[in-house]
Amino acid sequence: MSIYLNKDSKIIVQGITGGMGSKHTTLMIESGSTIVGGVNARKAGTTVELAGTTQPVFGTVADAMKETGADVSVVFVPPAFTKDACIEAIDAGIGLLVVITEGVPVQDSAEVWSYLQSEKNHAGTRMIGPNCPGIITPEESLAGITPHTIAGKGPIGLVSKSGTLTYQMMFELKDFGFSTAIGIGGDPIIGTTHIDALEAFENDPETQAIVMIGEIGGDAEERAAAYIKDNVTKPVVGYVAGFTAPEGKTMGHAGAIVSGSAGTAQAKKEALEAVGVKVGKTPSETAELMREIMKGL
Amino acid sequence: MEYQAKELFAKHGVATTVGKTVETAEEAKAAAEEFGGVTVVKAQVKAGGRGKAGGVKIAKTADEAFQYASDILGMEIKGLTVNRVMITPATPPEEEYYFSFLLDRSNRQYLCIASVEGGVEIEEVAKTNPDAVKKIAIDPGAGVDAAKAREIATEAAFPEPVFEQAVEMIQALYQTFVEEDATLVEVNPLARLAGDKLEALDGKVSLDDNASEFRHPDHEAFEIREEADPLEAKAKDKGLNYVKLDGQVGIIGNGAGLVMSTLDVVAYAGEKHGGVKPANFLDIGGGANAQVMADGLDVILNDAQVKSVFVNVFGGITACDEVANGIKGALEILGDEATKPLVVRLDGNNVDKGRAILEELNHPLVTTVDTMDGAADKAAELANA
Repeated sequence: MSIYLNKDSKIIVQGITGGMGSKHTTLMIESGSTIVGGVNARKAGTTVELAGTTQPVFGTVADAMKETGADVSVVFVPPAFTKDACIEAIDAGIGLLVVITEGVPVQDSAEVWSYLQSEKNHAGTRMIGPNCPGIITPEESLAGITPHTIAGKGPIGLVSKSGTLTYQMMFELKDFGFSTAIGIGGDPIIGTTHIDALEAFENDPETQAIVMIGEIGGDAEERAAAYIKDNVTKPVVGYVAGFTAPEGKTMGHAGAIVSGSAGTAQAKKEALEAVGVKVGKTPSETAELMREIMKGL
Repeated sequence: MEYQAKELFAKHGVATTVGKTVETAEEAKAAAEEFGGVTVVKAQVKAGGRGKAGGVKIAKTADEAFQYASDILGMEIKGLTVNRVMITPATPPEEEYYFSFLLDRSNRQYLCIASVEGGVEIEEVAKTNPDAVKKIAIDPGAGVDAAKAREIATEAAFPEPVFEQAVEMIQALYQTFVEEDATLVEVNPLARLAGDKLEALDGKVSLDDNASEFRHPDHEAFEIREEADPLEAKAKDKGLNYVKLDGQVGIIGNGAGLVMSTLDVVAYAGEKHGGVKPANFLDIGGGANAQVMADGLDVILNDAQVKSVFVNVFGGITACDEVANGIKGALEILGDEATKPLVVRLDGNNVDKGRAILEELNHPLVTTVDTMDGAADKAAELANA
């Protein structure tokens, strides 16, 4: 088992012909994912050769789904076109929409989120991202840009705002492995949240313990802490980045900003610790905390 | 800043007085003469509390405007030097209201906040009389049309004589919010002037950099270069994601989360080494080629406070051998300008190749350490030497 993505997932790539799209489609194929084609309205009917496979290019997500039975789409289109690409995929009724694109205007994300909440989301599409590394169920499927070589299958579920910290944590705990590792993205408005992933991991029989990585900005970690208190029985270990971030400066991710006393790493750490989550001071210490928990299980 | 916010307001039909923004006392006097009568001289800085800091004065004559402008220009408000003042005709409000549209991150929608009790003192009102501060959720998919604007104006209880003006202004402000891709559009105070005229007396607009990038090239003009830190300005010119901090250990890493984490780890390590701190945030992102690495090192080595540099890369998309070649190339490009010790930690994709390249380079300034915590400790130690 796993969450959201497994060996049966059939993936299409929106923006398969672009630089990022073709590079990462190649890596996804090499990781063993089932990639069944791509979408580019201007190149419909053509094919692209990637990692020794021939991938058909469709004009629309709907066509691609009809022809291939795809249920997952990974979006690599530039930020100016991301909103339209998402709406198209939701209209087509894709199950899982993974938006890798960085630099999407936040009002575009707000509109997509509103669309997802409306009756227009007839298929109940789940969105991950934008501005995220995507999701990997090791040894089964990769929908995104996480290197598949870092860690294998195992009992730990991981949810993180940050891409490179996802990689770092997978690396630190590669001796255990992961059920699914999901990078939800560092933008102010995202689709799947820490809470969504925690709920899914709680319900996933293969996941025995959960690592949750947060960073400064917003109140997602505090909300996740409240959720854990009432709903999560599996052990959770946390890490929060940005203790040294000054107020009012955006630290790389559009959403990573401390405003006044809101959004500080200290507040998030305290909220998590208050509900029994062990929080590490560094990624290595966090991995150590998880290691101790796994020994006790 | 106020004058920029007002320019955007005016562009979208929000009733406001743009006034004249000037950089010298002479120009301030000329503007006051042009308006005639009583004027207001207001410091233009990106900070609240300008009035309390002495940055807002009422000038009865043009000579007074000259005097106040001389006093205000060059003064510091919350650490920011005042380089501009705005001159507007004085229009004493009969009543002050508060109004804003903003991004409600927690609920993934927009929020309208309105209060007809107290404008500038809105924070006080929010504490003492929270019911007077109305919060109305806005669905980003539906937006604000005339009917929604009417609903907001009713909920906020704008008094009858200015009600219709409020409905119009709410729509114009929402246009400002969406058409400029703002994350905040605030009018404070929203004033009821003599003759029941509603006007945005002061305001603030925060813009979304992601949208400005390709949708609003004109927003670049809002950036005030002289206020930016010179190193930050230099980094920006080179397209680097850099934030200057107050410390001794320069940081280069890939990925916002990992770099933030690196700062924290260095700060902890610094506690054992004379309290040294991280000197900056610098995320070189995915494509860490030699030029990007050289540009990054160049900015950091020009920071006089920096005593050592920590390069922390986890090769995910980036391959470690590319990063190692980047460091090698950067050291070649910089030549004798590279004078400070570099601690490098590489892990992940092609780590063996990457470490081999650095070993072969055998550069006197470069130390490689295998773990993040260990490397942070070494960098802090070198910065404290």
